[in-house]
Amino acid sequence: MTVTTETKKYELGHHPDMAPPLTTTGLIGWLRTNLFSSYMNSVLTIFVLYLLYLYIPPLIEWLFIDAIWSGGSREACEVDGAGACWAFINSRFSQFMYGFYPKDLLWRPNTAGLLLIALMVPLFLKSFNYKWVLGGFILIIYPFIAFYLIHGGSFGLETVETNKWGGLMLTLILSGVGIVASLPIGIVLALGRRSEMPIVKSLSVVYIEFWRGVPLITVLFMSSVMLPLFLPDGSDFDKLLRAMIGIIMFQSAYMAEVVRGGLQAIPKGQYEAASALGLSYWKSMGFIVLPQALKLVIPGIVNTFIALFKDTTLVLIIGLFDLLAIIQQANSDSAWLGFDTEGYVFAASVFWVFCFSMSRYSIALEAKLHTGHKR
Amino acid sequence: MKKLTSTFLLTSILAVAANSVSADTLDSVKSKGYVQCGVSTGLPGFSNADASGNWKGLDVDVCRAVAAAALGDADKVKYTPLTAKERFTALQSGEIDILSRNTTWTLTRDGSLGLNFAGVNYYDGQGFMVSKDLGVKSALELDGAAVCIQAGTTTELNLADYFRENGMKYKSVTYDTSDATIKGFEAGRCDMLSSDQSQLYSLRIKLKNPEGAIVLPEVISKEPLGPVVRQGDDKWFNIVKWSLMAMVNAEELGINSGNVSSMKNSDNPSIGRFMTGQGEKLGVRDDWAYNITKQVGNYGESFERNVGMSSPLKISRGLNALWSKGGLQYAPPIR
Amino acid sequence: MSDHDSELKPSKPAIWNDPKYRALFFQIVLVLALGYFITTIVNNTLTNMESRGISTGFAFLSEPAGFGILQSLIEFDESHTYGRTFFVGLLNTMLVAGLGIFLATILGFIMGVARLSRNWVVAKVATFYIEIFRNIPLLLQIFFWYFAVLGALPSVRQSMSLGAGVEFNNRGLYLPAPVPENGFAIVGWLFLAGIIASILLARWANKRQESTGQQFPVFFSSLGMIFGLPLLVFFVMGSPLSWDYPMLKGFNFQGGISIIPELLALLLALTIYTGTFIAETVRAGINAVSHGQTEAAMALGLNRSKTMRLIIIPQAMRVIIPPLTSQYLNLAKNSSLATAVGYPDIVAVFMGTTLNQTGQAVEITMMTMGVYLTISLVISMFMNWFNKRMALVER
Repeated sequence: MTVTTETKKYELGHHPDMAPPLTTTGLIGWLRTNLFSSYMNSVLTIFVLYLLYLYIPPLIEWLFIDAIWSGGSREACEVDGAGACWAFINSRFSQFMYGFYPKDLLWRPNTAGLLLIALMVPLFLKSFNYKWVLGGFILIIYPFIAFYLIHGGSFGLETVETNKWGGLMLTLILSGVGIVASLPIGIVLALGRRSEMPIVKSLSVVYIEFWRGVPLITVLFMSSVMLPLFLPDGSDFDKLLRAMIGIIMFQSAYMAEVVRGGLQAIPKGQYEAASALGLSYWKSMGFIVLPQALKLVIPGIVNTFIALFKDTTLVLIIGLFDLLAIIQQANSDSAWLGFDTEGYVFAASVFWVFCFSMSRYSIALEAKLHTGHKR
Repeated sequence: MKKLTSTFLLTSILAVAANSVSADTLDSVKSKGYVQCGVSTGLPGFSNADASGNWKGLDVDVCRAVAAAALGDADKVKYTPLTAKERFTALQSGEIDILSRNTTWTLTRDGSLGLNFAGVNYYDGQGFMVSKDLGVKSALELDGAAVCIQAGTTTELNLADYFRENGMKYKSVTYDTSDATIKGFEAGRCDMLSSDQSQLYSLRIKLKNPEGAIVLPEVISKEPLGPVVRQGDDKWFNIVKWSLMAMVNAEELGINSGNVSSMKNSDNPSIGRFMTGQGEKLGVRDDWAYNITKQVGNYGESFERNVGMSSPLKISRGLNALWSKGGLQYAPPIR
Repeated sequence: MSDHDSELKPSKPAIWNDPKYRALFFQIVLVLALGYFITTIVNNTLTNMESRGISTGFAFLSEPAGFGILQSLIEFDESHTYGRTFFVGLLNTMLVAGLGIFLATILGFIMGVARLSRNWVVAKVATFYIEIFRNIPLLLQIFFWYFAVLGALPSVRQSMSLGAGVEFNNRGLYLPAPVPENGFAIVGWLFLAGIIASILLARWANKRQESTGQQFPVFFSSLGMIFGLPLLVFFVMGSPLSWDYPMLKGFNFQGGISIIPELLALLLALTIYTGTFIAETVRAGINAVSHGQTEAAMALGLNRSKTMRLIIIPQAMRVIIPPLTSQYLNLAKNSSLATAVGYPDIVAVFMGTTLNQTGQAVEITMMTMGVYLTISLVISMFMNWFNKRMALVER
């Protein structure tokens, strides 16, 4: 490297960095790389921004600025230039949450809900060491506590018939029970599908593929109005229970596929090591394979739960009053006619909040669990 | 495997349950302590749940009367809201004990569905409702119109017949529930809504502007609506039939919920028989008719309260007046 | 089961510990239990149906139906049979499922790629779309599009004209229907011939490129053969095609092609909802292709769109197809929600009205479930075949 003998000499020593070109940093740089990096991109950006400008301000005006928040009947909302009528939601709020559950007994479902939240909190604490015990308690014991709290009928609690249950509470009960009950059935089916016994294997396959192949709506129809036809004359059980049986049968097939995914991800060495130790099938599954597989599929289970949570809206077609059904029913009340949009927007936002937070949780969990198993 | 254990459990439980419960609906109603009644998903005046979930209406009163007769307490009824499509399957399968859901009595339903109609609690006919702006005066001007109807009803069949008979064309837009039907009509999906006339009045009050719609004069069919039970259980059939008849007889005899207690010791032999002495022939309590009248009221009261002039529907008695007043409601004597 | 206990009791105790016999024993018990369970169910059903006087059998299929159906792809009126209502419903289901799969795939691919776009606004809009619509129940979306949007559309009298004879109002979307005249068949044949020729050309070009490396502008020459030539002939022959425009006659538009709002709402909801899942699948698939592939393609001098089309997408497809299949299956099954807005699919028509008029729940429900099982099977089989093909092309 030779320095020419020009007057402008390159001086040795430390030089400050030159500022990067103005067009690659700061706001302008960000805009250039992210919005206007090419001719095509600029056109796209401007087009999308124009669309947003066209639709977002009126939407916000309707949703918030011009909205009517309180009032006793639809007259309150029939004002010129009025936006969304949240008064409608306000006046029916407790019904949307609990259905026709007696007002003075609302502390019971509330207690059940708070208890569940209280029990769940330690599961998210890193320092808590008895997660398996607590998880088992929530999955096995808690449903009974919740049932006695909400349904009553013993321990001096007044019975509240299931036909009074409704709203968000019913949605949560249906999806919660659906998941909890379909998990064990799903595990057995998944093991069955991977079994070496040909009959067990083929029966599991037929069961899983059958329920995965038919729409939930036909299953619900069958379980709600046709089930008694299949049973001995005179046998009778609760409509909600029948809907749940339908949901559980349906859901367990999906759960089986999720669990199977987990079982497949466990290296074959684990199975072989377990049998080399002389463990029986159930012992090797119960102590070696399933604990690893189930941990792997927790995100999958959460995703199934999200799907089921959304699918429970279908019970409105068989006459159960879940959140969506009760909103529809309120829409046909003559005191509040014509606010379908508000009702749907409210239902959508409730469902959205639940599903979105669960899906975030699932993604976070996936990232956390993935550490040791990345291939 | 788990599936099997669970199904095993299920079948064994049900087998046990089946042994203790016979095919007799009355016995099963008595043992469970309530009547399971199939009603509509919401039709004001006939069967509709109010804001707190209590069911009210003309059809609901029939269920209440049956509960009063069979169990002595009109409140011991559980309601199963059913769409028109589900109702017969639910009754056939035994999910409900009685279907009281503005259901039309036809030969097919009596004959091949395995059902029995226990009587008629409302004489009706199919009609049309159109928007006032359309300026239509008669159904015969409706060639080429789109019609909103409810799925799984006789309406669908009558409509097809009527339009074919008159050489007109139509498009049927078929909804699951009456709520969806009226919403479709209001949104302008169809030019008219066709249903039983009583339902038209009942649906009209669900419009934002009920005055904007008119019911056309044409009645295109006979629609006798009544409670339905399963075939093959005559005892239960009789109870349902006579619960309805008792309500009509009560009106005829001038007995109502207000005066029934004071008339209990009346000298009139017909009233005496009404009050007591005939129950065991039906297999129910002796004071069954008294209970019905006391707790539910007579037919006239029920009509006025639910669909008549003191209700939002404002339907006149018309065909449903007593036979002695020019109507069709005629009940065999209780003797 | 008890006789099997006795059958096995006298044998040597070792047999209990032999996994082979254990498996055999267990499976026999399972089969017996299942057989018992099924016979009980069948028996119960038959006894119940007989004691309640419910008609059985499939004779009802040949009886006249006596009701009208809003939309039918085959000829149907009140005098046709219940059996025909089955096919009307089936075809309507297939129509909405087929269109839904087609549209959801397009939307899903666009949104999946858009979410990875380098354009910040586009990526954010795609993310918003996916996160919003994925987390709202489908049924709710169907109701919303139908009842909330239907109410906002203009009535028939104030129908919105979108130009070229296209009309849009609360009775649906009306398009002019093409009516071919004499000689139009030639144009049609040319069009078909153009497609076949293009396929052959593409094969030839492919082969030539593989052996010599020379490229051939397949896309533009195909465009010319498929559309250009037929269009030219079409105009030379003096446009042998007229249009049947929808006209307001009486209460409704007559003539033209009409797309009922029930179909529109259902299709919109199915497309938007399933599109989000497909978009996520596509994104995951593209992300699964290692970044080195992109860099290598860039190094070879391919531009971004070519990199995407020739390098990334073919490899991503391998990851995309299996989850895509289950989305297609979901969409086909979800089309049964049609019944909520009155679209005459098989559940609404056959398992709804027909079931109610005949009362034969068991037969009809079985037939309906059979249809969905068959549809699921066909889609799975097709996608498996497609998956294999893609895998072969890729190796």
